[in-house]
Amino acid sequence: MTPSVGAASAQGSILELRDVTLRFGGVTSLAGLTMEVRERELLALIGPNGAGKTSVLNCVSGLYRPQEGTIVLTGRDGARHALDRLAPHRIAGLGVARTFQNIELFRHMTVLENLMLGRHVHMRGGVLSGGLYWGRQRDREVAERRRVERIIDFMNLEPLRSAVVGSLPYGNQRLVEMARALALDPHLLLLDEPTAGMNAEEKESMARFILDVHEEQGITVVVVDHDIDVIMDIADRVVVLDFGRGIAEGSPREVRNDPAVIDAYLGRKADAP
Amino acid sequence: MDIFLQLTVSGLSTGMIYALAAAGLVVIYKASDVINFAQGDLLLLGTYLVFFSVAQTGLPWSLGVLLTLLLAVAVALAVERLVLRPLVGEPIISMIMVTIGLSSVLRGVIGAIWGPNPRSFDSFLPAGELAFGPATLATDRVLSIPIALAVLAGLGFFFRFTRDGIAMRAIADDQQAALSMGISIPRVFGVAWGLAAVSAAIGGIMLAGIVGVSPNVGSIGLRVFPVVILGGLDSIGGAVLGGAVIGLLEVYIGFYVGHGLNLVVPYVVLVLVLMIRPYGLFGKEVIERV
Repeated sequence: MTPSVGAASAQGSILELRDVTLRFGGVTSLAGLTMEVRERELLALIGPNGAGKTSVLNCVSGLYRPQEGTIVLTGRDGARHALDRLAPHRIAGLGVARTFQNIELFRHMTVLENLMLGRHVHMRGGVLSGGLYWGRQRDREVAERRRVERIIDFMNLEPLRSAVVGSLPYGNQRLVEMARALALDPHLLLLDEPTAGMNAEEKESMARFILDVHEEQGITVVVVDHDIDVIMDIADRVVVLDFGRGIAEGSPREVRNDPAVIDAYLGRKADAP
Repeated sequence: MDIFLQLTVSGLSTGMIYALAAAGLVVIYKASDVINFAQGDLLLLGTYLVFFSVAQTGLPWSLGVLLTLLLAVAVALAVERLVLRPLVGEPIISMIMVTIGLSSVLRGVIGAIWGPNPRSFDSFLPAGELAFGPATLATDRVLSIPIALAVLAGLGFFFRFTRDGIAMRAIADDQQAALSMGISIPRVFGVAWGLAAVSAAIGGIMLAGIVGVSPNVGSIGLRVFPVVILGGLDSIGGAVLGGAVIGLLEVYIGFYVGHGLNLVVPYVVLVLVLMIRPYGLFGKEVIERV
């Protein structure tokens, strides 16, 4: 759909975190974290439990507000936005879409309705025109519906489209959540443990979807996961967190052999002062 | 039979006023999980605002009603902005407790402005009587039923089809997910309080015509709870049905069984529903009881 990009813009960064510190009372979740996400890359964020991976996603999407540091998103139009000062709904409006570790879906609505809500940010119109389903508003609704149908196709969700989400098995709910994030037409897609709780087969197909989204649609993706094997297979670049700091970054191969990473995962340094 | 018909009309019209107040409670609950204990006082406020807008300013009815609704929305938005929004993110129970305080404050302010004595003025609905077969029905009561139903249908429509209504349902379902979909929670909460005030004010306007304007109206607000518990805390349709049932039960029991019992029966229903079907007739089963 989009023309391939030159080397220069492929190197440009879409998201920069600078000295981000996030505390909850006495607990420091992020300790002066500095990292960047480059345009059109698939970045994996890994680290032991409690390393601050989800906190990074929550700060970027505005659910948490860091006490120090800046988070800057380069928008589609090239403008720079300080996400650390924006409300979550504004951040979503800039094209930052996400999924959640514990699956946050509208459980009482159908798959289709969940996806249509993903189009919420793109819909305009007041109570009257929207409510009466008139003229342009109606054309809009039809157009939005078409986009959603394409995503349903892409994610192979046709058989489930009118199912109430709360009744679906876990693995399918994860797919729906990802589909809903795609419905936002994301500029930056944040995936929080997309394969958690899945069996090997489901993991493989989820990894496939993530790669397709990244490669075919050219969407920049940040994925947090515990499953190192999946991550190593799909990521362009890996950032390793431990105790709220970046301890390593590089290609999957570089990171896998980094002594600091091995230490963090095996816990040799964990009790050091 | 004619008595029965009169009782039915009277019970239904009262019931629809309950339903209007209850629908406001449902809207706020759906959007924010907060049970608004000041909902009855919004009804009371409605009766005094219409008294002010029509009797005290001398405006014609059409403008007076419009002014009443505007003032009610203004009060509700101020309350949401100044009292509830600072508590967003705090435990729900704090927000619920603050509405109890709000109830006293509203009552106190109304008392301070308009005094304790009942006031009366010409009703907005025609005061005549309709002959219906052998029965004579009060026109204002008959008319109040379709008016209330139309307003309630409008609210139901709002929830099902408008952008804000859908956003409200989304927030009720999963707040975090709604945020990540680009839904503005402050905006939606503001809309919810505005709607609750409009619906209560319309109930108040009809009540002012039928019962009169007095501080006692606030006690009618307490009937909102049996109504919503019966209908389901998150269902507008439930509020309509709950209002009708409670309104009818009150008049039938008051007439056929005995005086005094009609005052108790709504709360007996409340206790029975909580024991048998705690989420009400149309409520979602997951509703948390407070």
